[in-house]
Order: sequence, then C-alpha cells, then structure tokens
Amino acid sequence: MHRFARRSLLAAALLPAVMLVSGCGKPESSAPAATPKLRVGFAQIGAESDWRKANSDSIKREAEKRGIELVFSDAQQKQENQNKALRNFIAQKVDVIAFSPVVETGWEPVLKEIKAAGIPVVLTDRAVDVSDDSLFVTFIGADFVEEGRQAALWLAEATGGKATIVELQGTPGSAPAIDRKKGFEEVLATKPDMKIIKSQSGEFTRAKGREVMETFLKSPEGASITALYAHNDDMAIGAIEAIKEAGRTPGKDIVIVSIDAVKAAFEAMVAGDLNCTVECNPLLGPQLFDAVEAIAAKKPVERRIVTPAKVYTQKTAAEDVKTRVY
Amino acid sequence: MTDAASDPRGMARVLRAPATWALVALAALLVAGAVGSPGFLSVEMRDGRLYGTPIDILNHGSKVAIVAIGMTLVIATRGVDLSVGAVVAIASAIVATLVSQKGVAWPIAMAGALGAALLAGLWNGSLVTFLRLQPIVATLVLMVAGRGIAQLITDGQIVTVRDPAVAFLGNASLLLLPATVSALAVISALAWLGTRRTAFGLFLEAVGENERAARLSGIPVRPVLLVAYAACGLCAGVAGLIDCAYIRAADANNAGQLLELDAILAVVLGGTALTGGRFSLLGSVIGAMLMQTLTKVLYVFDVSADIAPAPKAAIVLAVCLLQSPTFRAACSRHLESARARLRPGTEARP
Repeated sequence: MHRFARRSLLAAALLPAVMLVSGCGKPESSAPAATPKLRVGFAQIGAESDWRKANSDSIKREAEKRGIELVFSDAQQKQENQNKALRNFIAQKVDVIAFSPVVETGWEPVLKEIKAAGIPVVLTDRAVDVSDDSLFVTFIGADFVEEGRQAALWLAEATGGKATIVELQGTPGSAPAIDRKKGFEEVLATKPDMKIIKSQSGEFTRAKGREVMETFLKSPEGASITALYAHNDDMAIGAIEAIKEAGRTPGKDIVIVSIDAVKAAFEAMVAGDLNCTVECNPLLGPQLFDAVEAIAAKKPVERRIVTPAKVYTQKTAAEDVKTRVY
Repeated sequence: MTDAASDPRGMARVLRAPATWALVALAALLVAGAVGSPGFLSVEMRDGRLYGTPIDILNHGSKVAIVAIGMTLVIATRGVDLSVGAVVAIASAIVATLVSQKGVAWPIAMAGALGAALLAGLWNGSLVTFLRLQPIVATLVLMVAGRGIAQLITDGQIVTVRDPAVAFLGNASLLLLPATVSALAVISALAWLGTRRTAFGLFLEAVGENERAARLSGIPVRPVLLVAYAACGLCAGVAGLIDCAYIRAADANNAGQLLELDAILAVVLGGTALTGGRFSLLGSVIGAMLMQTLTKVLYVFDVSADIAPAPKAAIVLAVCLLQSPTFRAACSRHLESARARLRPGTEARP
C-alpha cells in the first residue's frame, strides 16, 4: 500500500506544477492574408491583470477594425522575451514597432538595432530610460499626475472648494501612488479650504482600504471627515463598508472620489456609495494606431501623447456600467 | 495570583511563562495608543453593537488568531505551514464564485470552501508524513501553487458577493461583538477540548519533542501529523470565509497575503517554540491580538506603511528577547551587580 500511496502522491504533487505551466499564455499572432497593408509589431508585457487584458484586446480589436496587420507577442513579464520579440520584428521587416516595456532600463542595444533597421518605435503605457531620445518616436499613455489633478478638481467642484479630506494611498513607492498624490496636492495647494487631515497607505487592496478607513473614522478628527480620496477604486470600495459601519452615509456625508474606473466602481456609483472615479484608460488601441498611421504617412507626431483621464460620475454610471468591459 | 506575586518562586514562574511578556507588550501598546490618540480605548454602543478601536482590534485579530491556532498545532509537531495564506485565498475564491457565479446556496458553498481547505491541509500533511518532505518545503508547494489555483478559480478577477449570509461573518455582530470573535471563541474551544481534554495534545507534544521516541512508545505518529495539518488547513479555510465576508468579495491576489508570517509570529510571540513540543493556544491568541494592536497603534501614530515594518520588528525582537531565559539571566546579573555597586558599605568601599 505504501509504495502505491507514495507513487500516487508523487503524481499528485506534480499536478499543480503542470496546471501552472499550462495556465500560462502563449505568444500568438494574427496574420490574415494581405494586400500590401501596414504591418505593425506589438510586444505586450503579458496578461498579468484585467487592466492589461483589456489593453491587449483594445489593440487587437483596433488593428482588425482598421485592416492593419498586427504581429502580437506576449512577453510573459520577461524582458528577454520582449527583446527576442523585438528582434523578430526587425527580421520580419514590420513597418512600425510598438511595445509596453516590462522594465524601464536595458533597452538601448535593441532600440539601436531597430533604429539601424529604420523602423520607427512607439512606446505605450510605460516609458523607457534611454540617453538617446531619437530611439523612439512617441510615448502614449496615461499620466498619473493628471489623474490626481482631475480627482482634486472634481472634488473641489462637488464640495464648493470646502472639504476635510482623508487619503488612502497606493502601495508605498509605486509610481501611481507617488504621482496620484502629487497631482491631487498640486490642485489642493490652490484651494485654502480643502485639507488632507490623514493620509495612509491602503496598499491598493479592498481589505486594507477598509481597515485604514476604520482607523481614520475612529480618530479624534474622525467626525469632521467630509471627503475621501482613494488612489484606486478597490480601496474606496473597501472604505465604503467602514463608513457604513460607522453609521455614516457614503456618497453623502462623506464624498468619495477614486481612480481607475473599473467595473465594480460603476456598480458602487449606481448604488450611490461612490461619487466619482477618474479613468486610467487601458483602451489605447485607437490612439496607438492613430499615431502609427500618422508615422506611416510621414506626418509629425507629438513626443508625448497623453491618454485622457476621463471623469465618470453617478449621473451616467447606470448607462456606463452596461458597456464596461473590464 | 496573589500567591504568585508574594512568593518569589511563583513570581519567577510567571516571568518564565512566555505568554506573560506578550501580555506585557500588549498592555504597553494599548497605553501607548491611548496616549497617542485620546479615544483609542473608548468603546460605545452604536446601532445595537459595541463600536470602537478595541473592538476593531478584536475583529481583525480574530482572523489572525484563528489561523494561529491551527499553526500552533502544526508547530507543536515541529512543523510549519507556509500555505495558510494561499488556503485563505482558495477558500475565499471558492465561496465567492460558487455563490455569485454558480448560484449555489451559501451553506453548500461554505461547506465546499471548508472542504477544499481541509483537503489542502491533508495534502500538506500527506507530503510531510508519507513522502517525509520537510514541512517548510512541503507547504511551500501549496503556498506558491495555491494562490495560482485561487486566481484560476476567480479567473483573475475580484468576485463580488451580494449574499448577506456570506457577508455575515465579516459584518454582523453576535452578543454585541463582531461575529468573527464568536468564530474565534468556537474554534478556540474546539482546539482546547481536542488537545487538553483528550490525549491528542499529549501526542502532539510527544511527536514534536522526539518523533522517534513517540513512535517507539506506541503513539500513532502519522495520524497525529495528518490531523494537525488538516486542522491547520481548516482554520485557514475559516479565515478565508471571514476574509471574503469582510470585503464582500474574493480578492485572490491579495487575500491572506503574508498571513502565514503573521500567524507564525503570533505563535512565537505567544510562547510556542518553533522547535516543537509544548504549546500554548491562549498564547497564540494573545500573540495575534498583539500583532493587530501593533498595526493599529502604528496607524494611530501616522507611521507611513513603508517604514512600519521597522517598529514592528523592534517590538517582536523585544518580546522574543524577554522570553529568552538566557537574556533574562544576563539582565538580572547586570541588575544585581549594579545594585551591589550602589549599596553603600559593601564592595563599593573596600
């Protein structure tokens, strides 16, 4: 019995590993039969989040819509995979290369090869750290500082420029947490009656958002809180529970603004709990191929193309939630 | 207690009891919190339940304490379970997806989640008992794979639950206190009855002290180990239900993240040694409350999250040092000699 038990256990031990491996995405390419049309190579980071999936879908859909041939590669969060994909694009002589770099550094060699091959490069969503600016044509992506600004501007308007604010920050040291705080404070500097009285990290999660909000509400200043600014929707959704538990009405007693605009945020707005969310838009497809077509037509393109930070409120939430894809 | 205080040997026994120092640290932290924030210790009635920071500490601490109780049983056998955080994620993912996506009735969904947690525990136990893998390696497998499994179950999304019955554990109150406290009370009682009113507790300690000696004296070592790991998995499953209830959603990516470390720390602070053998369930519960109070106090003092681990580590180190007999002996030697030097007419003046 023991030998059998041991062998079957060993087999079972290998199972999760197999599941993990098979769960990973494979590089894919869509290459419909072609008349001489634009060929674009896109090297994606991976499929690590809903946001990223929506980002990839948007790019694939837009390419199909415009009849552009897209060579799509998934780097599974590894820089060496992305390097390989970029060299493949050179070999395939695509017209334009676009990519979201996994990390900021280490791109100089491959970008120089691409430049030598005369292929223009477009960066999406994340920037690279290179000494030679001519290595890429433009960078398309959201501006976290701008998102923070938009959140503050909306809050100023909604509260008549008078608010006692608590802030739930993102993961300490992360770019969105730093920039969203910076943008928000920039606007607050011009509003004397709007003050952040407490600010603490909720680590971008629902559970921490709720726990930290509980602490804010029970502090001596807790009763004076009139507004909450959360660096992402999930923390705001967690905090809503804490506000209800404290016997106050989220969305009314405490005005709540957050960032990202995921589907759950729209549901919270429909319920009247959340007041506003600023979109960090993953649907870069249209902007990307606008730039690609402009480059192909030898038209000038801006160095930095900012994805607009659209502000959503309760007014339109009931309609928006129906069409939300992520 | 009065005897212990007056009789120096009784006093020494109290000081030796490792949970004492966790209690002292807990009291010190509560005082610090009260000094830093006037309303810290105040509790009031609101909407027919108690409301205040101490209640929050009990609420959040209960989740860690439940996991720590299971962890205590495993550590008593000289093992460790690193997979509890991942099991929390799995249990929470199962209950949320079954209820809100598959329309399964909540009692069945909860039973399914607990069943999966039990299986996870048995899996760990089997690797340790039958394959003789080292516990740290055996449970590392599920720690890594488990979160992936939870992500597969939820398809990488945060699954929201609207069923009030599922949200009960994390939001409702029983006997004026959060329902999590009742869950902790039930699980503590079961663990206490199981280990202190049957021979099982003795078996656990025997296996942890010396597995070979235990086997030679006729203790069924394998079943004992299996039960310890299964119980630990089950406790993590309950914590998963609480986690899901608390945020009314399953967040497979973040649920129970680093919970294994909190639970192990709670056990150690409560005076159960990682070398196995004697264990203290009450100590682990106190340890868990200590960890939670510490988190709260750091919030109260507005300590930013990126430096919060440093003061945490300092307090854990202080408690562990005070628990160490060697350290205490060294301290009392120093005190003695200092006292002798201060006493006039003795060694100070030859």
